[in-house]
Amino acid sequence: MKAKIIRKQDIADLLDNLLRKYEVFAPVKRDDLVVCDRIGSGSEAFLDYTNSIKPPKEILFPQSETLFTYSSFDDAANIKVPLSKERPYLLFGIRPCDARSLTLLDKVFNEEKYKDVYYLNRRANMVVVAIGCVKPRATCFCTSVGGGPFSPEGSDLLLADIGDDYIVQVITDKGAKLLEEREAEDAGEDKLALMRKAIREAEASILPQITIDGLKEKLDRVFDDPIWGVLSEKCISCGVCTYLCPTCYCFDIVDEARDSGGERLRIWDSCQFPLFTLQASGVNPRPTNKERYRQRIMHKFSYCIDDYGQIGCVGCGRCVTECPVNLDIRQVLTTISNK
Amino acid sequence: MTDLSNQIRESARKLLQQREVELVIGFEQGTLPLRNTPCFIRGQEEAERLIWGSFCDNNLANYLVKRQEKVAIVAKGCDVRAIVELIKEKQVTREQVIIIGIPCQGMVDRRRIEAELEGKEILEVGEGDDKLILKGDGFTRVLNWNEYLYPSCEACTHRNPVIYDILIGDMVEEKATDRYADIAEFETKSPEERWQYISDEASKCIRCYACRNTCPLCYCQECFVDDTHPQWIGKTTNISDTIIFHIMRALHLAGRCVECGACERACPTGVDIRKLNRKLASDVKELFHYEAGISLDQVAPLATFRPDDPEGFMLNP
Repeated sequence: MKAKIIRKQDIADLLDNLLRKYEVFAPVKRDDLVVCDRIGSGSEAFLDYTNSIKPPKEILFPQSETLFTYSSFDDAANIKVPLSKERPYLLFGIRPCDARSLTLLDKVFNEEKYKDVYYLNRRANMVVVAIGCVKPRATCFCTSVGGGPFSPEGSDLLLADIGDDYIVQVITDKGAKLLEEREAEDAGEDKLALMRKAIREAEASILPQITIDGLKEKLDRVFDDPIWGVLSEKCISCGVCTYLCPTCYCFDIVDEARDSGGERLRIWDSCQFPLFTLQASGVNPRPTNKERYRQRIMHKFSYCIDDYGQIGCVGCGRCVTECPVNLDIRQVLTTISNK
Repeated sequence: MTDLSNQIRESARKLLQQREVELVIGFEQGTLPLRNTPCFIRGQEEAERLIWGSFCDNNLANYLVKRQEKVAIVAKGCDVRAIVELIKEKQVTREQVIIIGIPCQGMVDRRRIEAELEGKEILEVGEGDDKLILKGDGFTRVLNWNEYLYPSCEACTHRNPVIYDILIGDMVEEKATDRYADIAEFETKSPEERWQYISDEASKCIRCYACRNTCPLCYCQECFVDDTHPQWIGKTTNISDTIIFHIMRALHLAGRCVECGACERACPTGVDIRKLNRKLASDVKELFHYEAGISLDQVAPLATFRPDDPEGFMLNP
């Protein structure tokens, strides 16, 4: 299908129309922060942004979610699973790195052995419209981990900002169907040339920052190396890097009981927390930040390849900019590569 | 700044050479333009890495707890106050630490600078005497750095180290600001308005615990939020759970918080964490005439009981 043109001034109106059929999530400004949240009106979408502070993963995989509620009465257990048939979700205006993160989350929550109904309930009819990055930040390293500022992976439609208009590239049938809902003119050769130039310039502006070739093999060899103690010494074992990471998916399951009823919750967890691996016996196989930080790196750059055939990092740079002590994953990986 | 960096390096080298310490904790250049980052120096030849600048904002006292070896630590006013509390609470011994004290002019708030530039990315920063020179793609901006300090630095009345073994640079004049002016204003609000404010702030929390983990005085072996037998508080990001976390943490720090602001700097979502801590600090100051981290001899109000302790706030809150 040919690339189409959407005028920027028509975006709010377009979203208003889509809101009739979809639950729409888009970048919005909340207290000086840009977050990806449910919108009630097209004008709320804030598309002139670099990236949201939190990744869109919480839309599919909320930080806390009730798996079921239970109550017992006369020895009979009454279990309710809060799986409602929701309207289809539309993720509008997310960045290509975050769209790409969905391809990993899909593999995790839609495994052959285990299908996560809660995730899939939201994911099944979801349409993803990403906006390519004309101006990537210096902390972006998507091109080093197999992505790019205009990577189509995970998107159904991919928009390119060429000034007053967006050029819409159709990536999947789902995207084509969404586009059919609105009359849009084909992009002419002059505009396509502008788009190609923007893509070239954006790609060229992201410098190679880490070397992935041979990294997994290196990591598998240095598991017991004292370098981990040095690299992680300043880590304070908080959850900033994992909670802001678009691909970190670890969770815990807790019960909250009240009288004869209660609920079972799934909540995000972080491998950086000591409690993550604390065993009932009192033993903790990852007792210090050395083992915990190593786990984060190993999981993303070795175990994810073993389990899902892809790296668990899309190079969004959130952990780089937001780490309270400036523990920079790019520097860590470079140090390991150079060992 | 270069001069101070050189003096720090010189002190570190000497301490390591004479085997007075095994480790020097200080700051080095960060990987991003507006960042300096904690570093751990164990060999004289590594002392070159140490620097001092406008972005040395972490409270390094956080790295002293549970250490066995003898350590030297680069410490600004608030870091030293935290060390004083840690010594009083027997987490560190005075003999174990050599304090390389630095009178502090305040640290620059990178988020304020970023807001000033309205999202334009800063790629390079130069530090002049009282200027910051910010360069990016097609722009150069010169700002007075003291107009962009962290709120905790603007309210700071203890910029000089209260104790030290080595002093780097000259003592600075302490500011005569009414540091609790905003708290006094907060107190004039109705209970409903105050509750609303604290609720709105706590609702931004993602429970990453960066505030707790970066706090030098939050050193409990097992934090109440991590307890599972029994589980004291819920694990969700519902407001009832997040607000309990922040209120309990503030209460645990009453009379202990040194108001360094490390919690707020670490928070990725901009929660006004200091509001509760400072409200309690101002109460402790008014009721018990005590400020945390000022003197090694003064007994903390929560560590003692006096028959004439004020109790009006309990009977008539």
